[in-house]
Amino acid sequence: RKIIFEKQWFYLDNAIGHIYGTTFEVTSGGNLQLKKDVEESTTETKEAGTDNRNIVDDGRSQKLTHDDIKALKDKGIKGQEIVQQLIENSATFRDKTEFAQDKYIKKKKKKYEAVITIVKPSTRILSTMYYAREPGKINHLRYDTLAQMLTLGNIRAGNKMIVMETCAGLVLGAVMERMGGYGSIIQMYPGGGPVRAATSCFGFPKGFFDNLHEFPLSKMDSLLSGTFSTEALPLEPENSTLLEEESNGLTDEKQTSLQETEQESSHEAAMEINQTEEPETMDINAEDVEFKENKVKENKENVREKQRKQWERRKKLIETAALLREKNADGLIVASKFHPTPLLLSLLEFVAPSRPFVVYCQYKEPLLECYTKLRERGGVVNLKLSETWLRNYQVLPDRSHPKLTMSGGGGYLLSGITVLLDKVKADASNLEALKMEEPSSKRCKVQDVNC
Amino acid sequence: MSFVEYGDTIKDGDTAIVFLGHESMFPVKVQHGTVTQTKYGVIRHSTDLIGKKYGSKVTCSKGGWVFILHPTPELWTMNLPHRTQILYSTDISIITMMLELKPGSIVCESGTGSGSLSHALIRTVAPTGHLYTVEFHQQRAEKAREEFREHGVEHLVTVTNQDVCKNGFGVSNIADAVFLDIPSPWEAIGHAKSALKAEGGRICSFSPCIEQVQRTCLAMEECGFTEINTLEILLRVYNVRTISLQIPDLGKAAEDNSSTGFDSSNPSNQGSPCTNLQQGAVQFKSSVPLKEMVGHTGYLTFATKS
Repeated sequence: RKIIFEKQWFYLDNAIGHIYGTTFEVTSGGNLQLKKDVEESTTETKEAGTDNRNIVDDGRSQKLTHDDIKALKDKGIKGQEIVQQLIENSATFRDKTEFAQDKYIKKKKKKYEAVITIVKPSTRILSTMYYAREPGKINHLRYDTLAQMLTLGNIRAGNKMIVMETCAGLVLGAVMERMGGYGSIIQMYPGGGPVRAATSCFGFPKGFFDNLHEFPLSKMDSLLSGTFSTEALPLEPENSTLLEEESNGLTDEKQTSLQETEQESSHEAAMEINQTEEPETMDINAEDVEFKENKVKENKENVREKQRKQWERRKKLIETAALLREKNADGLIVASKFHPTPLLLSLLEFVAPSRPFVVYCQYKEPLLECYTKLRERGGVVNLKLSETWLRNYQVLPDRSHPKLTMSGGGGYLLSGITVLLDKVKADASNLEALKMEEPSSKRCKVQDVNC
Repeated sequence: MSFVEYGDTIKDGDTAIVFLGHESMFPVKVQHGTVTQTKYGVIRHSTDLIGKKYGSKVTCSKGGWVFILHPTPELWTMNLPHRTQILYSTDISIITMMLELKPGSIVCESGTGSGSLSHALIRTVAPTGHLYTVEFHQQRAEKAREEFREHGVEHLVTVTNQDVCKNGFGVSNIADAVFLDIPSPWEAIGHAKSALKAEGGRICSFSPCIEQVQRTCLAMEECGFTEINTLEILLRVYNVRTISLQIPDLGKAAEDNSSTGFDSSNPSNQGSPCTNLQQGAVQFKSSVPLKEMVGHTGYLTFATKS
């Protein structure tokens, strides 16, 4: 398969069998070749200048033209050679300071040396990748914010977690990685089915998915109010509208997951793509009666297969509903494009007392409302609204400083711990709410009840 | 209860967290017959704690109440007795993710200090991983061992009392990750490398001073580590408050009431203490940053062993 990534294209075939972390060079044929460690000539005393007072940037320092460089590339000359040529043909190179020379070489190498390293996927790699390349898909959840969620939520092996996310399955994958296949997860999803495009990029063993359940948000209300039907569907053919609904939901899911995976970067070595295709419609020779008969049989089988699958799905739904009804989840993680308040107020019902919960929102204001509503509801302590500030550094001898660009915002978190909800006294909970507030000495003098 | 598994009810011998209110809590060792004093009165362990569900409200002798919470490494970090400066959950979170820790990981740590990070690491690698932690101070090493025993996690951790810069971690070629929080981490890089597994191991060094970071990065490079990357992470906490801002009195034109153009008909409050007429206030919910926030803990440098 041809992989296209950042204007490079290559085949992954030669990579199979090598260990993760191996670095390859892309040859002119698009094949991967092991990169040999070239000793950098650091011991040579380089000719260099002291500052840039005499260097004029007129765009004419490089003698090689675009065409010259292209010709070199077409000849199949290695990237290293091209960089060498560029250095030799640069009129100002030897006037640059050593630092500037280093920077120049690094920049040219990045552009002309086609070197790729294949790494094993992990939360660290996938979350930084998604944030850099597709932040829109993950509601601009920055990787350090995700890290906070996993820790604040005490995500670990053996928990029974409820996860509600619309981050392409990245958050789900991160939770699954930290649970190591132990415990269970119930993923709440909007629409027809959960999106798990990113989850498949982690390369989890199949066993990890045995205890992963899902439940539609659209059935939440009925579950909470007790009107969710626990009857299993009979094995007889149900009304066709239900069938269509289900299959439509499935195709949507397939489509989105296919689209998602197409846009994935080629860094992942273990990517499982669901390539289920639509049942092919064959052109039938009308005179072939036997063939027609077989087709009819096939249709009947298809229908039965669909019904069986539907019955399976219904069965799973009831099982998951039962798991939720136990109301003993060990934690709740919410990271979605929806307003968090209704999600939190309903999903907290399923969490046991003295368990942490974390809600992510790209914006602060919805979390303010969430905070207020939670105070009114009671049953939560240690509420905290926070964000993290992340800064990367360049550390080089005599050249250490924070990097030039910084992420402006990585989203906000609201976290807390559940406690037993004291439903008996209503005014007691208000008192509690006031008690949980910091006694602010600069409280506004005006009466405000809803503080 | 255990720091690596949830329990539902409070048992004799548990470590529980007593939560009194906004950011006010402390750990308590549950024991038959003991009492604990709080500002709301006395809590009798035998009657008030043992057998109750975690998350319960307990009324103390003077009438006030508290909540009893199940311990987690995060709650422990906020409440543990400090024997050294500790790492807080903000740094711990990014360390855990960047070191790619998960159940089954083998981690090496030095120095153990007060055990804040240690508890978090043990939680993450349980039930099949292990933490090898090295502390050169004898009493601190012993106290750490004691705490791990009390918290039911001693099977997941090995505390070694030695100097990591001289004698390493005591293991070789098996660690998935190494963490250093010591004054001279560059002296331990070599030992870290030998403790790490052959390929793909991760290392992290935490240092408050940039000069330490520079030396450490150099040592990492010389030892053949790749993907060397330094960052820092800070936490900003907000308080949620209803704020009321007064509308200024811009004077009044002869008959005109609303010459300011500002919609002062917004919900003004009943009991405005301002003596002037026509002064209302606008209320809104705001997220107010704390007056002071942590400005620096340390630089975190990560790298990969190739």
